[in-house]
Amino acid sequence: MSHLSQAEINEQVKMLFDQIFNREKPITKKEQLAIPPQMMPAQDEKIRSHNLEEVALGYSAEQARVEAMRCIQCAKPACISDCPVEINIPGFIKHIADNDFQSAIDVIKETSLLPSICGRVCPQETQCQLNCATGKFNKSVDKAVAIGRLERFVADWEREQGTITPPEVKPETGKKVAIVGSGPAGLVVAADVRREGHDVTLFEAFHKLGGVMRYGIPEFRLPNDIIDQEVSTLEKMGVKFQKNFVVGRTRKLLDLMKKDGFDSIFIGTGAGLPMFMGIEGENLVGVFSANEYLTRANLMKAYDETNSDTPFFHSKNVAVLGGGNVAMDSARMALRLGAENVYVVYRRTEVEMPARVEEVEHAKEEGVQFLFLQNAKSIKGNDKSRVSGMECLRYELGEPDSSGRRRPVVIEGSEFMLDVDTVIVAIGNGSNPLVSQTTPELAVNKWGNLIVDKKMKTSIDGIYAGGDIVLGAATVILAMGEGRKAAAAINEYLQD
Amino acid sequence: MAKILHKEQLSADVYLMRVHAPLIVEERKAGQFIILQTDEEFGERIPLTIADANEEEGSITLIFQVVGKTTTELSQFNVGDDLPVLVGPLGKPTHIENFGKVVCVGGGIGVAPLHPIAQALKAAGNEVTTIIGARNKDLIILEKEMKAIADNLIICTDDGSYGRKDLVTAPLKELCENEATKPNMVIAIGPPIMMKFCSLTTKPYGVFTQVSLNTIMVDGTGMCGGCRVNVGNHVKFVCVDGPEFDGHLVDFDNMMARLSSYKGLETEALHKCNVDKEFEAKLEEKK
Repeated sequence: MSHLSQAEINEQVKMLFDQIFNREKPITKKEQLAIPPQMMPAQDEKIRSHNLEEVALGYSAEQARVEAMRCIQCAKPACISDCPVEINIPGFIKHIADNDFQSAIDVIKETSLLPSICGRVCPQETQCQLNCATGKFNKSVDKAVAIGRLERFVADWEREQGTITPPEVKPETGKKVAIVGSGPAGLVVAADVRREGHDVTLFEAFHKLGGVMRYGIPEFRLPNDIIDQEVSTLEKMGVKFQKNFVVGRTRKLLDLMKKDGFDSIFIGTGAGLPMFMGIEGENLVGVFSANEYLTRANLMKAYDETNSDTPFFHSKNVAVLGGGNVAMDSARMALRLGAENVYVVYRRTEVEMPARVEEVEHAKEEGVQFLFLQNAKSIKGNDKSRVSGMECLRYELGEPDSSGRRRPVVIEGSEFMLDVDTVIVAIGNGSNPLVSQTTPELAVNKWGNLIVDKKMKTSIDGIYAGGDIVLGAATVILAMGEGRKAAAAINEYLQD
Repeated sequence: MAKILHKEQLSADVYLMRVHAPLIVEERKAGQFIILQTDEEFGERIPLTIADANEEEGSITLIFQVVGKTTTELSQFNVGDDLPVLVGPLGKPTHIENFGKVVCVGGGIGVAPLHPIAQALKAAGNEVTTIIGARNKDLIILEKEMKAIADNLIICTDDGSYGRKDLVTAPLKELCENEATKPNMVIAIGPPIMMKFCSLTTKPYGVFTQVSLNTIMVDGTGMCGGCRVNVGNHVKFVCVDGPEFDGHLVDFDNMMARLSSYKGLETEALHKCNVDKEFEAKLEEKK
């Protein structure tokens, strides 16, 4: 992890850079595989745990080029097929190594529209980097080529040049497409459909665009100005935005076609329904869904106490229930909002945590405490109905379950009290039911996810769906992959 | 953006505004609410019930009491100003049918959300008795409007400065006690404590009592659960499952505790706001 200072990292990379790029003989594959992985410079943990600024600072050009040389340009690259949108990864990395960053970003943009976001938030270790040959050779996925960091580097480089050119838009077709939800799936569909010359309007319930990227993922992982930048590119392409518009309430879904003349609709309303544990005390004052906690902090800017009107709950000791990225974001946010002790309570062990390894490391460095093989049994309150503690149980690993993971089993009589005044529940989200509840014609499965065919079409002709509303809570890049498929189907549908 | 078309002060702290929102007018039904912000960047989101709508003008009527920073700021908006954020209609509409005899109880500012419901109940053929309660005469709102709807209007004030010197629960109890006036349904809207006691009043008589809950909200679309309440031992989200629930099943004590989650902070925000105003007033004087 990045315990080296920026200066130390710079010094190391300088040496490597000279060895690799200023030499007489061409570099051999063996030498390439021996290049050490480039560390990501990060804000000092003592400083960053008190601010909202981005933690990971990004590669320098030298670092990016050295890291790019770790890619051995496989004949059959596994990374491409492991990427949900199949970016030509060796192709763009080769351009970075050759110091041609413009060509690198051009290659990425052939398939991915939001590289500065994906480079930051994708779980690369389980996707493109999972089967990387360099990682396999070095016997660790942590030593795979840092594809995500390189993607981020070129996307940031382009933004800093100020030369982002919006994709070309074909002549107007006169066909109207409505997109419901401005999260990653909706943004991708908007761009792809607009490129074909259709008139695109994007509807968003909130007063800010970006979906989970805005209200969920904190600025210390994904700065808001990056979302704004992506949105402004869409605006330049002629995509229209209708904020403060709840489809299903402000307008019924089908009325968008009947009353407003939209020819096709894409539903990308996501998985925004928070799940609770169903334990005693969950409605006490001081118990929050992660969605509420993060929405207050991120979207409503409650962290900015001097300016924001939205209050946040002042906590001393916080328990976060869950082990995914949302749990990490909540825990790290709680620290930044001034909590003294933040515990992540997870009923399995560290290896089973679904959160990104990098986020877990960052959380540990910042002082988040992890309580593995433990879980909440009930939440206790004082005479004012405020959280005064959490009763926990200890677990041990039992036999493997159907998924192959060893199942956590309660240790009888292991109850103990954790001294907390705040509990944040981050055990997952269900699909947002608002559109399906107000549109009975839409077919949903038993979890409330919309049912779609191979082309992402719902049970109603002309209406398509994708992202978490179909998948259940998944990742930004999967939502984008689905958006691309749906956009292609919409463009085909509108052809004649 | 929603333009303010009309503004008037109904009582010391209570304002009425008609706001241009044609899409909301088209879809809204009795019992639904909106969420607004007085500032897009840093404003908080507050829920307000739609008190009325004017189809010709394309406007909805909002009635609010100045109780904190955001409502103070809202009261300083004038005709011609744009509300930066207005979203709705939200929540489930009130279930309206011909129940027979209904009693509509409104406490304080709660008379505003009660108005469209009483209107719809009357239109559905119900015999409507309305009870309006307030601390004193100056805080009675919409008397004329309610009188136009109700078959029978009872006014109560805490200090006896107007109407009966009673709490709203007194006439409600009398109506329940008498077989000839016993309602088929009661709807009570007002401060949580008043809705709690209305529910306790009707419970022994087995009179179905609907309440409209006013919890803390953030998004208003069901994605955070900040507004959750216990209803008959089930967790419900007021913004999507409500705002109306069976008053005999609501855990009012937990709801009131949750309403005070940010108590200290709210007072601080309002204080800061008042200090700002004083400061501004002093600046004006210097000019």
